[in-house]
Amino acid sequence: MSANISASSYKQLEQKSKVTNMLLRWFLYSVLILFASYFIFPLYVMIVTSLKTMPEIRQGNLITWPSQLNFKPWAVAWGGRGYGAGDTFLRPYFWNSIKMVVPAVVASTFIGAMTGYVLTKWRFKGDSWIFLFLLFGCFIPFQAILLPMARTLGALGISNSILGLVVVHTVYGIPFTTLFFRNYYVSIPNELIKAARIDGAGFFKIFFKILLPISAPIIVVTVIWQFTQIWNDFLFGSTFSFGKAAPIQVALNNMVLSSTSVKEYNVDMASAIIAGIPTLIVYVLAGKYFIRGLTSGAVKG
Amino acid sequence: MFKWLEKNLPKVVLAPAVGLISWFVYGFILWTCYISFTNSKILPKYELWGTGQYVKLWASRKWLIAVDNLLIFTVLFLVICIVIGIVLAIFLDQKIRAEGVLRTIYLYPMALSFIVTGTAWKWILNPSLGIQKLFIDMGFENFTFDWLVNREMAIYTIVIAGVWQSAGFVMALFLAGLRSIEDEIVKAAKIDGANLFTVYWKILIPMMRPVFFTSFVILVHISIKSYDLVVALTQGGPGISTTMPALYMTQTAFHKSQVGLSAASAMMMFMAVAAVIIPYLYSELRRENVS
Repeated sequence: MSANISASSYKQLEQKSKVTNMLLRWFLYSVLILFASYFIFPLYVMIVTSLKTMPEIRQGNLITWPSQLNFKPWAVAWGGRGYGAGDTFLRPYFWNSIKMVVPAVVASTFIGAMTGYVLTKWRFKGDSWIFLFLLFGCFIPFQAILLPMARTLGALGISNSILGLVVVHTVYGIPFTTLFFRNYYVSIPNELIKAARIDGAGFFKIFFKILLPISAPIIVVTVIWQFTQIWNDFLFGSTFSFGKAAPIQVALNNMVLSSTSVKEYNVDMASAIIAGIPTLIVYVLAGKYFIRGLTSGAVKG
Repeated sequence: MFKWLEKNLPKVVLAPAVGLISWFVYGFILWTCYISFTNSKILPKYELWGTGQYVKLWASRKWLIAVDNLLIFTVLFLVICIVIGIVLAIFLDQKIRAEGVLRTIYLYPMALSFIVTGTAWKWILNPSLGIQKLFIDMGFENFTFDWLVNREMAIYTIVIAGVWQSAGFVMALFLAGLRSIEDEIVKAAKIDGANLFTVYWKILIPMMRPVFFTSFVILVHISIKSYDLVVALTQGGPGISTTMPALYMTQTAFHKSQVGLSAASAMMMFMAVAAVIIPYLYSELRRENVS
């Protein structure tokens, strides 16, 4: 800046930059809020639609607020209309999903922890190839294994059962859980393990007494990741189960697509929210861990 | 015996994972690959039949439509997600008030399943009661929005819903990338007289190359595998206009009972994913070995 700019014109310049700065801030906020409304819009629409009556849905539009909060669609979505055959509702399928998710998450997390432990703390020649060998499982399109999996489940006598889905989700979760634990344990100093070995601690004692107590963060990340993936899965659920053994996403899809009666959009929306609530709650409560899982292992579609 | 076990305990513990993955991943892929070279219909047959299924696949109109749709979807999904992701990340990086709340809003769709997303958007895009009605009620009387039931446009509804689900995730990747860059670089550039725009355009965005690469791999991977969203939103319709490879594969296998043909389509998908993933894994490993 040249020296002969007078004090007053300098002030003017500063004033000007203040104005542009403010305009810029306004622009920033409006773009951010615009996008926020795009992301929030479907959730808002789902909630208000689920609380309206059908006549009100036909009269109004997507964003009109219900004249009276009507919780009947929620009751129907969860517990049905009570007329027996052909009455589909989510409650039994919700429990199916719970019965599928809990054992599959526990088993795959445990196997991943042990595998990650061996691959970082009990290294041997060629172990990085084994890691790569397992890691590749994260990336395969599951279409390439659907046909033989269907036959295998049949041969084992567990096709169309929750147990079958537990097996499938456990197996295809291992590459991810291994990745998470391996990357976490790699950053833990080996001296810790060496010292424990000199003190006479064995393989399992080192794992349970030294590593496990400091593994809480990665266990949370892994459990959240596996829970979300398995709860939200549709491909395996729809391919390997039908009827009474189906998990919730499959049941939701069947409910929405069934063309037997008059379309009840309010019940559809209540059902969709019910199917999404468990993962949403996890996201809101533990968003930090959710994102950490996503950014370190998210390649699965 | 006990001694052997003690010495080899780590390997014994590793065995279940390696065994399961060998069988359920590699074994199964080899089986699918083999079956794609046979003339299997409802049940697998094990005599080799040559490349007949692949010839049949690439002569099938439905498969060609599926591949076309995949290309359209992938390109749009990729470009839109990355543009929105970068813009949101850069804007959020300007010491914004309520950044945490905004971030939570941008990313929550990622917690939902594609079936839930598809169900919601199917209702929003409903030709008579959805967006169209909203605009008519707002005073645009001749507004029509029938993409969901329009053969030409239905594929774009899948893009809209897909972007809604995944753009926030790309934002998170870029934001993490921007935050990992030293403040000194930005300060130095500003002292040299660069304005904010130049700092981003000339310095920070070029430094985001690894993030672009990761986003590219993840988004392409999502789009090749996209199945749930299509099922929930359009079921491949109207007609077969929004069929995608993943949908083609399951329909051919489980509704048409053409196991050989379906295995061939699965192998094409596998090769498409491998073409993207193998260079990615290679570069990731090299980076890890260097550092």
